[in-house]
Amino acid sequence: MAPRRPVEPNGDGTYSLNLREDEQALIATIVPELRAVLADDPNDEMLTRLFPTARPDDPEAEAEYKEMVRDELVSKRLARLDMVADLAEATALNEEQLAAWIGAVNDIRLVLGTRLEISEEDDFDSDEDGEDTPESVARSAYWYLGWLLEHFVEVSASEL
Amino acid sequence: MTPPAPVEVAPAGMSPPAPVEVAPSEVKQPTGDTDVRPDRPWKVIVWNDPINLMSYVTFVLQKLFGYSKEKATQLMLDVHYKGRAVVSDGPREKAEMDVFRLHEHGLWATMEHDS
Repeated sequence: MAPRRPVEPNGDGTYSLNLREDEQALIATIVPELRAVLADDPNDEMLTRLFPTARPDDPEAEAEYKEMVRDELVSKRLARLDMVADLAEATALNEEQLAAWIGAVNDIRLVLGTRLEISEEDDFDSDEDGEDTPESVARSAYWYLGWLLEHFVEVSASEL
Repeated sequence: MTPPAPVEVAPAGMSPPAPVEVAPSEVKQPTGDTDVRPDRPWKVIVWNDPINLMSYVTFVLQKLFGYSKEKATQLMLDVHYKGRAVVSDGPREKAEMDVFRLHEHGLWATMEHDS
């Protein structure tokens, strides 16, 4: 049996999305979670990776940069999270919606990866025999979203 | 939502612009003994991180800068194996915009003087 592909190009600028119900449920849960944190407290330290330092050499210039871009980095992220939340059960995506999925899924990976303290040495380690813990659930979601993102990027890059 | 790629691809069949239409900023400066480039003093750097997928980094560099797959892949490999790569350069405003767009896409980017 060929491996399942979660997204496929239709050749006309649209894409078919084939997620299972449990995957749709994960997206429908995790996207609003990130949205809530981002809207309530963009300074939450779990979100550090969404707002990298541009000028490590110059604190004053860094403060100016943050002042200039912070609101827009937040609002663009909220907009694409909202778009993906509405599309959790979608079966077709256009170009703009695919870009929103890619951005939102990557943002969620950055936040989960920060929380899980992912390092270069980390490799997929399924803990099937263990009990579900908040950590193991987050770890499964992190690796699942990586798999999903690989497929999104592959079909999107093929249209560049 | 996501900003369009900076490099506009001409529609098929469209003739390339005449040489006189090349923007001044695209004119290659002759390289002499004195390398004076007052308008290109900033470098934009992407740093290695353990979370972003290699394919995603390549994709973002292609999308944002219009780089070929080969060039974007080489830059990604430099990031991965050497820890960092200069992905663009230019005057301060351009460098800031490039850093912003990289941050919008979740890449770990900084800018510094090209000294």
